[in-house]
Amino acid sequence: MIVENKKKVLVIGVIGADVHAVGNKILYHAFTEAGFEVVNLGVMVSQEEYIAAAIESAADAIVVSSLYGQGELDCRGMRQKCDEAGLKGIPLVVGGNIVIGKQKFEEVEKRFKDMGFDRAFPPGTAPETTIEALRELLHMDGEQV
Amino acid sequence: MKTVLLIDFGSTYTKLTAVDVDNETLLGTAAAYTTVQTDINDGLKAGLAALNKKTGHSTYDECYTCSSAAGGLRMVTSGLVPELTGEAARLASLGAGAKVVGVYAFQLTEDDLQDIQDSNPDIFLLVGGTDGGNTECILHNARMLASIKPTFPVVIAGNRTAARQCQRILEGCDVYVCPNVMPKFGVLKIEETQKQIREIFLNRIIQAKGLSKATELLSDIMMPTPSAVLQAMELLAQGCDGEPGIGELVAVDVGGATTDVYSVADGMPEHMNTVYKGLPEPYAKRTVEGDIGMRYSIQGIVDAAGIDRVSRLSGLTCQRAEELIADLKEHTDKVPNGDPELEALDFALASLAIEEAVTRHAGTIEETYTMMGQTFVQEGKNLTKVQQIVVTGGSLIHTARTEQIAAFAQYSPKKPASLRPKQADVWVDRTYILAAMGLLSQHYPKTALRIMKKELEFYGNSEQADSRRRVSETASGSAEPVAHG
Repeated sequence: MIVENKKKVLVIGVIGADVHAVGNKILYHAFTEAGFEVVNLGVMVSQEEYIAAAIESAADAIVVSSLYGQGELDCRGMRQKCDEAGLKGIPLVVGGNIVIGKQKFEEVEKRFKDMGFDRAFPPGTAPETTIEALRELLHMDGEQV
Repeated sequence: MKTVLLIDFGSTYTKLTAVDVDNETLLGTAAAYTTVQTDINDGLKAGLAALNKKTGHSTYDECYTCSSAAGGLRMVTSGLVPELTGEAARLASLGAGAKVVGVYAFQLTEDDLQDIQDSNPDIFLLVGGTDGGNTECILHNARMLASIKPTFPVVIAGNRTAARQCQRILEGCDVYVCPNVMPKFGVLKIEETQKQIREIFLNRIIQAKGLSKATELLSDIMMPTPSAVLQAMELLAQGCDGEPGIGELVAVDVGGATTDVYSVADGMPEHMNTVYKGLPEPYAKRTVEGDIGMRYSIQGIVDAAGIDRVSRLSGLTCQRAEELIADLKEHTDKVPNGDPELEALDFALASLAIEEAVTRHAGTIEETYTMMGQTFVQEGKNLTKVQQIVVTGGSLIHTARTEQIAAFAQYSPKKPASLRPKQADVWVDRTYILAAMGLLSQHYPKTALRIMKKELEFYGNSEQADSRRRVSETASGSAEPVAHG
């Protein structure tokens, strides 16, 4: 095994028929700034594209954004596909306006966790919060990335 | 007067071209059967005798050679994800002028190894993983390859973290390490690998195929023929110091067994509301359709287009078309030679071959509606703005209907998703000089470019040809519904 002291790799993008590009760019810069290696797939990303990119880049986590309310539909089955593609246990994180209407976020979060997502974030989450959660998920506590 | 001889050892014909570089003129061309089974020089001498008769010369100051004889440059590739490093490996090999006889993705299996041994490639291209990305797959594949003790050279162009380890695993084999063909996600970097492939071709494969005998007589073989054509097309499009090119172009060579398509164009999305998906493709891109050809691969054209369209375009009944096609499959050297039925059939087949091959080469666009309104998703190259089409191949050269056939390379409202050129001029290479000019361009780019501009027959706008075609077909009653708008 090659001993590597490499940066943690994140695959990010906006899922489904969603073209909201601004938040995606902000996250790209925030994650890069925080010391992650970021593979940014941009907007209108399919589940398969996240998975293909994660395989090639040996990603440590996949961060899914959804801003147009259809996130729940778009994210369905993603965990199973990851398992199928050999990415068993890869952390999946989702955030944005992931559902339509005013719903209690605890319920929304529970639904996404049931789908196999490790973390779900409500609208208005600061990048720092996500970064903190990623550090925790990837066991980077105290580690300087 | 300085004369240069350019030789292309093709799989069937050895083609010779003589030029006068001082006066930038073509002195003559000639062809003879390639004699790779016996002594390649036999065919060469016969061709040379014919050429000398035409040019009145018996010696030439310089000589350059390319070859696709003895099967050309046969390659097998293996990558990780088929659409990513798998595709990068395939594009790299095609652009280097190879005939890709096997494409593998993910981990190689024992069955794959058996197939690889059976196909016995000239070069194996081993890739996988972005730099710092997945190493598992390429290391596994290196170990699998090592287990069969490959006699063919292996080029490693994958994840740089694993490259040296792969090299060690394959110790004892002929191994070359190149930079990763996809160092970062979505970044294609294939030039170094292509250079390496070409070098191996020159140093090793030419010898192994008995082609080096010819070099004793004349000169070294410089590159595989498709690579020479691609270089000629790049030069024709981009121009060189002191001579402008004709701009972005698409070139199609319809052969007996395969159809080659080249595009020298950027092809990125035109509008802000278009999202690009997939691997960005090379500026100078080559694809080969192994199942689309006028004789050996005639069935592939019928399979792709359907016998109905062959019948409609040729004006023959389906039954008659099928009979003739069956006969051509048997007699692959048959040419129309004035026979009206065969001429009509070849017209239909060549048109459909061009349509299918260019459709596969060009990118696609898909319209979707999002919460933000209408959006387009583009995959592959957008060639709609390309204004030049270059065509060659027997079926296009020996017919008066070249323009009409070439029109099938263009955009059609019936296939609106296919991003083919919307309005283009047609250039015809009637004297088969493209490969020769690619060779000449290595030392005399300006001369090669000027000769191409002079010798390629310019047909103006194929849009006009298209409307003429429409009229003639409607008049003859064999019209296929209007294909272009």
